Amino acid sequence: MTPAASLKWFARHELRLAWREWLALLAGRRGRKRAAVIGLIGFAALMHVPAYAVIGRFADLRAPLDRPSMIVITASIWLAFALMLSQAIEAVTRVFYARADLDLIMSSPVRLTEIFSIRIAAIALSVTVMALLLSTPFVDVLVIGGGVRWFSAFGVVIAIGLMAAAAAIAVTLLLFRLIGPGRTRLVAQILAAIIGAGFVIALQVAAILSYGTLSRFAVLTSEAAAGFAPANDSLVWWPARAALGDGEALLLLVAAGFVLLGLVMAIFSPGIADTAAGVSGHTAISRPRPRSRSFRGGSRPQALRRKEFILLRRDPWLVSQTLMQLLYLLPPALLLWRSFADSSIAIVLITPVVVMAAGQLAGGLAWLTISGEDAADLVATAPLPARRVIRAKIEVVLIAIAMLFAPLVTALAFAAPSQAAVTAIGVSIAAASATAIQLWFRVQAQRSQFRRRQTASRLATFAEAFSSIGWAATAALVLMMPIAALITGLMTSALLAASWKISPPQP
Amino acid sequence: MKPVEPALRLRGLTKRFDRLAVDALDLTVRSGEFYALVGPNGAGKTTTLRMVAGLARPDAGSVAVFGVDALRDPVAAKQMMAWVSDEPMIYDKLTPLEYLEFVAGLWGIEPAASQAAALKLLVSLGLEPHLHQRCEGFSKGMRQKVALAGALVHEPRLIILDEPLTGLDALSARHVKGLLGDRVRSGCTVIMTTHILEVAERLADRIGVIASGRLVAEGTLSELRHQNGRPDISLEDLFIALVDREAAAA
Repeated sequence: MTPAASLKWFARHELRLAWREWLALLAGRRGRKRAAVIGLIGFAALMHVPAYAVIGRFADLRAPLDRPSMIVITASIWLAFALMLSQAIEAVTRVFYARADLDLIMSSPVRLTEIFSIRIAAIALSVTVMALLLSTPFVDVLVIGGGVRWFSAFGVVIAIGLMAAAAAIAVTLLLFRLIGPGRTRLVAQILAAIIGAGFVIALQVAAILSYGTLSRFAVLTSEAAAGFAPANDSLVWWPARAALGDGEALLLLVAAGFVLLGLVMAIFSPGIADTAAGVSGHTAISRPRPRSRSFRGGSRPQALRRKEFILLRRDPWLVSQTLMQLLYLLPPALLLWRSFADSSIAIVLITPVVVMAAGQLAGGLAWLTISGEDAADLVATAPLPARRVIRAKIEVVLIAIAMLFAPLVTALAFAAPSQAAVTAIGVSIAAASATAIQLWFRVQAQRSQFRRRQTASRLATFAEAFSSIGWAATAALVLMMPIAALITGLMTSALLAASWKISPPQP
Repeated sequence: MKPVEPALRLRGLTKRFDRLAVDALDLTVRSGEFYALVGPNGAGKTTTLRMVAGLARPDAGSVAVFGVDALRDPVAAKQMMAWVSDEPMIYDKLTPLEYLEFVAGLWGIEPAASQAAALKLLVSLGLEPHLHQRCEGFSKGMRQKVALAGALVHEPRLIILDEPLTGLDALSARHVKGLLGDRVRSGCTVIMTTHILEVAERLADRIGVIASGRLVAEGTLSELRHQNGRPDISLEDLFIALVDREAAAA
């Protein structure tokens, strides 16, 4: 095979791998292609409804736009960029750490610079294609409502997809060089988790501090934002202009995307071989030698709980998710703080946000402790009954949730005691429900398979999500419309009962 | 005088998956014995030992560990046993010392005693430089040694090992064999499956040959040779002859 043919073959191989990873994400490990495609089409069709609700009112917009509209469109594009960047960082770390093919590639008789250039291009392509697919319902809504000129929005998605991939590769590879392969994985996971949410949360925080509301649009459409915004001919507006159909801006934006990606390839491809060597050969992160301490005593369930707490504390996914949940809780916490001064009705919004966050976090924690047992044989051969093992693991989840949410509920108790009580009960029920669902649908797995947990059991994933939403809505309605809360509470209980009924039998 | 209970007594042990994996197996391992279970791939060795360790439920039959019915009172039976599989299952985010602390806690061992035992074990297995490193970067051999130390830290009376030498280098394998030999000399019972017939030949007091879920031969090496009427045959040749004969009969 000639070198050129080898590279073509490698490009095909990369695309095939990207497609299969995608398929696995959509259809689970069994990779049912037909089901995945049907599911994807169904999802895309369904997404047109929220897309219309969010973006339908912008379809009639035409250049030249007033300053607030330009700011809103530009901010939306930046949000999309942040989400793509988060996705791309995750993709880069996956390629380096999760695919066990680095040794094979590096021992092959092909120039590594070219091989890694192809790999970078494949990452950029998969990120961009994913972004195009997700943005299609939104662009459709704009095209149907405002005409074909909105097709240019696809060009903007391609341009920012390329830029996001380039930025992600540059950030990750710089991290490799600065902090080493071991820490990069953790830091990149945390970065990926918080970048996507960070932009929206920053806007919410600004809105609360300035206007006492959770609405991000309050900041974007304010006179202050218009005052700070640059002049009309600034580069900042190019993405918005391109999305509105300005051909020149669109061409320049797409060209900038390709140039940026090309630059990243040229700068980083030659050094990736060294980075990859660091990853494939990397052993434990060197840590300062801890002081020797005595073994701790206690009961057997105590030993289990202690082990689970240590593992949770050291889990990179959990660190990133907890940080993200805490970030999400920052706006309601700020709102609460402001509400001490004036008795705003907006304080009620805190309860569903907190209840929802507790349910989601409890679901992840429960999966890690109950299903994600790396030494399953050891625990199964230990001299204590299986029910006591499960009980200890459930206790860990509930204690962790209590520790995380107690400060916020306590603070709320000073401002609105009855709301705090409702929130505490909501948090407890949402966390218990998510834990119960994970218990009913538990499947023995390695903790490193956490990313695949949502495709391993779609029923559990949906049940967990709807249960958290249901209890969040119920808690909010208890405060505003108690009769309606009875209905949503009963519906959520019915959902839980149905989940239990259809859950697989456990040994 | 009360007769000494065997370390393990299996009667009519049966397990079926798609096919019959273990076929009404009767097996007795005496207390203080080093017993090697050998057999071709898929013979039912691992399934048998997993049922003994409480990791799989038999379809029929009984399992008694030092006279304790392991199916009726699994907790009491497990208290006396340790299980080490060929694929070491340890926690990446724990250090070897933390792992052993956890295992000792699960078996309810006094912290002071278990700490001293843990340190001694890890040092004897050559893991002293890695006591405070997380296991995530360990090689398979190092992980296997941590798992083995975990199995020994609670001083089990019966140690069950499924291919414990897989992936170990020569020096590590010697460490492990030495450690197991010491345990047997101090009264512990070891049951081990292995593909390395030389290990079975050198370490085991008795060898059981299993094929198609049945015990086709059992005894010391010289007993096995005499049973087959070939006193000079190597264990490898004997093993192949027994397995071929079983395959032909099936």
